[in-house]
Amino acid sequence: MTTAPTTSAAPAMTKARRSRWGVHTRTLVPCAIIALIAVGAIFVPVLYGYDPLRVDLADRLKPPGSVLPNGSIAVFGTDQIGSDLFAQMMAGARVSLIIGAATLAIAGVIGVLIGMLAGYYGGWLDTVLMRVADIQLAFPAILLAVLLAAVLGQGVLNVIIVLSISNWVVFARIARSQVLALKDREYVEAARTLGLGNFHIIFRTLLPGSLPPILVVGTVELGHVVLAEAALSFLGVGVPMGTASLGSTIANGVQYLSTAWWISTLPGVLLLLLVLATGVLGDAVRDRLDPRLRSL
Amino acid sequence: MTEVSLLKVQNLRVSYPIHSSILQRRIGENMAVKDVNFTISAGQTVGLVGESGSGKSTVARTIIGLEKADGGRIEFEGRDITQSTRTELKALRRDMQMVFQDPFASLNPRLSVQEIIVEPWLAHPDVVPKNRRASEAKALMDRVGLNPDYASRFPHQFSGGQRQRIGIARALALQPKLIICDEAVSALDVSVQAQVLNLLDDLKQEFNLAYLFISHDLSVIEHICDRVLVLNGGVVVEEGTPRELFENPQDDYTKRLFAAVPVIRPWLNGASSKPAGTIPRY
Repeated sequence: MTTAPTTSAAPAMTKARRSRWGVHTRTLVPCAIIALIAVGAIFVPVLYGYDPLRVDLADRLKPPGSVLPNGSIAVFGTDQIGSDLFAQMMAGARVSLIIGAATLAIAGVIGVLIGMLAGYYGGWLDTVLMRVADIQLAFPAILLAVLLAAVLGQGVLNVIIVLSISNWVVFARIARSQVLALKDREYVEAARTLGLGNFHIIFRTLLPGSLPPILVVGTVELGHVVLAEAALSFLGVGVPMGTASLGSTIANGVQYLSTAWWISTLPGVLLLLLVLATGVLGDAVRDRLDPRLRSL
Repeated sequence: MTEVSLLKVQNLRVSYPIHSSILQRRIGENMAVKDVNFTISAGQTVGLVGESGSGKSTVARTIIGLEKADGGRIEFEGRDITQSTRTELKALRRDMQMVFQDPFASLNPRLSVQEIIVEPWLAHPDVVPKNRRASEAKALMDRVGLNPDYASRFPHQFSGGQRQRIGIARALALQPKLIICDEAVSALDVSVQAQVLNLLDDLKQEFNLAYLFISHDLSVIEHICDRVLVLNGGVVVEEGTPRELFENPQDDYTKRLFAAVPVIRPWLNGASSKPAGTIPRY
């Protein structure tokens, strides 16, 4: 294969090899970025002994690379209350990733289940579930978050609930459309003529066939959820004070933008990297699962 | 035919509803099967011919329970199965199986051949005990002419004929008495068609199977069937042995259907391969 003769097939081969390489790169680089952020989020706050409530006014607003009085170097500088920005960003990334993963898990499971039931049974169940989804989509997530924060109070769990409520619809729609596309295939009818029950057909026959696009949506949604969490925290209805979050760190730095640009900018760049990486990853996963590109 | 027939279809009527576009109210119906009567005895092969849209497949799908009958009666071994409940239908499916038309669509692309053949036993666990399923699946593969070493391969790694053999193995797994073949060989090329037909014939002898064989291909029907029904517009217009029908079709539609078979060498008038009956020359 690699020693293709220089015939008329050669340009196609080169193209194929290039796009295969492309898919590999587009999978590996985002994976590496996300993994790096995840590892940092797990270990950096521990190594730095990060305490979000510690105030050290002598060290506040130090630019990136400053040497602190205790001898350590603040790579990304310090924020307005003197805590190390790098440790704070990583603690924020930790919250973002936990919220992202938990939201995806909850919204994904509920959404896929509802979507598959709606698509499989159709009729009034489909109508009711999908109208609920439409109503849900029409209702702004931020408004819902403000409402829930007011009722339930702030907290990581509440943010997960809010984001799950506003994200299940995406999964439900994808799962439903997949089931609608698959359920009249002959192999599904064959399973029915074998005497297999609805449970088996939904979870053992239809679900595996529906998974690829759901996984793609899941990777893209991870970026959305992280961004939405940051937005909620930025607005002050997300995670409570005392819990670091990329969004709240950015919000804290806004009033110092002219004097200490790094407080808002660096967490923003990290957020950008994370969202971009998940987006590119989702795109690459889609290409990878596309049967027309599989032989490349 | 004094014994109880295996399958008896009386005055079968099936229609597909037409719904209005917005409110989804039922505004009419499309009559696919109007009045179909026939019986199949154990070990018999009955063919169902007709052009596209004549209701052949609907008859098959209604018998196996994929569509609901609007009227009439379907009896299996003397039991009325027209209004079967879920559990009755499940029990029924042990005795009645189906081989589908498209060997590329009727096998789950995500399951290996072995998993496909084992799947019926998940629905009916008492047929083959768990510990013997793998070896039984391989035995079935061997029986339908597939190399049992390929058990872990996936459907896309097989040719059309091989896939149809997988479909036949799956249908055989429940040891049914009746197999409905809905255009089972129509998607295969002629030489493979003959192989699969011969396989079906051998299996019929071996397991005393009855077939309801649906096809638009008259040569296939002639090859395999004991009795043939000609379906037109949801009604059986003629019934008889293939010999009777081919040599002396009575109904006007049957005559036209047989006349529509392309003659391979029309200049060889009176050649033995020429279908009998009056062939209009336009």
